Amino acid sequence: MSHWIIAPVVLPAMIAGLMVIAMRGDLLLQRVAGVVGVVALNAIAVGLLWSATVHGPQAYFLGDWPAPFGIVLMLDRLSALMVALLAVLALVVVLYAIGSGWDRKGAHLHPLLQFLLMGIGGAFLTGDAFNLFVFFEVLLIASYGLMIHAGGDRRTRAGIQYIAFNLVGSSLFLLALALIYAVTGTLNMADLAAKLPTLPEGDTALLRAAAVMLILVFAIKGALVPLQFWLPGTYANAPGVVAAMFAVMTKIGAYAVIRFGTLVFPPDLPATGPLLSDLILPAGLVTLALGAVGVLGATTLPRLAAFGGIASMGTAFIAISAFTPQTTTAALYYILHSTLATAAMFLVADLVTRRRAHARLTEIAPPIAQSGLIASLYLIAAVAMAGMPPLSGFIGKLLVLDAFRDQAPLIWSVVLVSSFLMILGFARAGSTLFWKPSALDAQPDEAAPEGLAFTATFGLVAGLALLTILAGPITDWLTATAQMLDAPTAYIQANRLGQGG
Amino acid sequence: MEALIAIAIGTLTAVGIYLMLRLRTFPVILGLTFLSYAVNIFIFVSGRLAVNAAPIIGVTEAYADPLPQALVLTAIVISFGMTAVIMIMAIGGYLEAGHDKVNMDDDTTGEDGPEART
Repeated sequence: MSHWIIAPVVLPAMIAGLMVIAMRGDLLLQRVAGVVGVVALNAIAVGLLWSATVHGPQAYFLGDWPAPFGIVLMLDRLSALMVALLAVLALVVVLYAIGSGWDRKGAHLHPLLQFLLMGIGGAFLTGDAFNLFVFFEVLLIASYGLMIHAGGDRRTRAGIQYIAFNLVGSSLFLLALALIYAVTGTLNMADLAAKLPTLPEGDTALLRAAAVMLILVFAIKGALVPLQFWLPGTYANAPGVVAAMFAVMTKIGAYAVIRFGTLVFPPDLPATGPLLSDLILPAGLVTLALGAVGVLGATTLPRLAAFGGIASMGTAFIAISAFTPQTTTAALYYILHSTLATAAMFLVADLVTRRRAHARLTEIAPPIAQSGLIASLYLIAAVAMAGMPPLSGFIGKLLVLDAFRDQAPLIWSVVLVSSFLMILGFARAGSTLFWKPSALDAQPDEAAPEGLAFTATFGLVAGLALLTILAGPITDWLTATAQMLDAPTAYIQANRLGQGG
Repeated sequence: MEALIAIAIGTLTAVGIYLMLRLRTFPVILGLTFLSYAVNIFIFVSGRLAVNAAPIIGVTEAYADPLPQALVLTAIVISFGMTAVIMIMAIGGYLEAGHDKVNMDDDTTGEDGPEART
């Protein structure tokens, strides 16, 4: 039993605690500790990826209590991949927070980021449904603090809406878990997967209700229509660097749907059948369409990025909804791409809004400092988000389209038309932001060079480029991952159910 | 007893949802609290109702399921903490905005204010 599996949870927790207790008020020390923490997290994530690839699914029994009585953490290819994605994004965000000076504008940005990493890492790694709820709450309470970082009237009030919405989500989650426990007597995911196929006929209605409630909870997290309306207000009002970090939070919803849809409620389970696909596919299509229209109609650049994020979740959920190895491969590739692309868009939006005279896209403002550099970053991020060649968004959408050849008339038209709308929206915003100001006779203000912030943003671009160049090996690896998700025998056996540890 | 508890959960949920849909933060928070009460009782009874049964094997003739009791403790602690957080946020929002309306006004107003850029 490798103890490294719990490291992505323990390491950020220790660093955050140290920051709060020993480095209170010392920003330099906090910055050093934050960078060291995320670099170490990256190293651990690489190790876990290697371990999951070579050794297959592994369980970590907390306190050495045997499953299903104790809580297990499960490392498999999917969770290792998500932890690695989280680690990469965290490195970029911490560097950007330091470079842009966001961490100076309010207390405790670095410790809260570490607590967020702890919650998200735990949510990706846990193999117990109730433990998943607990890690959701850990990451949410850190995100509440991050959301209102640096304060302000609008930000605080948007934060209240965000919290209220997520409290309702948590209540639904608990209801669903209680129903599942009442029906099956277990909350260990592998144990559920083993027990649900033999569920008595009379309990299927309760289980279906629980499954739908779980999907609703994950739809709130993943911003799936009709539960997406918290996202634009939250992300557009959050500090730019926090919004970039939140790009991975919607993916937790996607991850949880993939995990539950392949392991606990697979399409061949008699009690639920194709229930999940039937709910998620139409919701994903509407989400994508709504996101694209939102991009076209957004009034500020952060809202534009937020709607772009909603559209990308729509595409991801369309791909997730079929639960076959081919579609899951496409979904995973698109999730990797869209996390990096959405984060890049939020960082560019932050670079722009901090320099521009006002945030509105409906009016021209005087040119901003470093306009050329930011404009090229915006172009790259927009190309990635809209899914145009040559970047990975194109490959991602191609994989999704290819996986849905049999439903081409509906899905292809929604994906392609919404891509077109997004290209229009991004192009219009870009011309208002970067071209039209040059007609005004004004000189940009001098701005701090912010070398580290630009480096961090270019880091995301480099990540997108790597995803594009290495698309072949990555999709091969993802295909193997999707096949293991489709046949989760090894995952269930790793829990050693009923063998007393 | 089942009917009594079912009615209690239903009433708490209904009150919670009604209050949650109000326009001011205080009733919304009260509504969330009522909802979490309903959820807590619901989790508690998911281990089946048992009278005169300790959650330990061998102490009494029948025994109650201890796991939902542990789960509900976790849920109570978490919902209590979250209520405290949203309470503080609501007070902060009230002090900064001067009112406690939940909805945000027009989307573009204030976005050229300093808080949009700092």
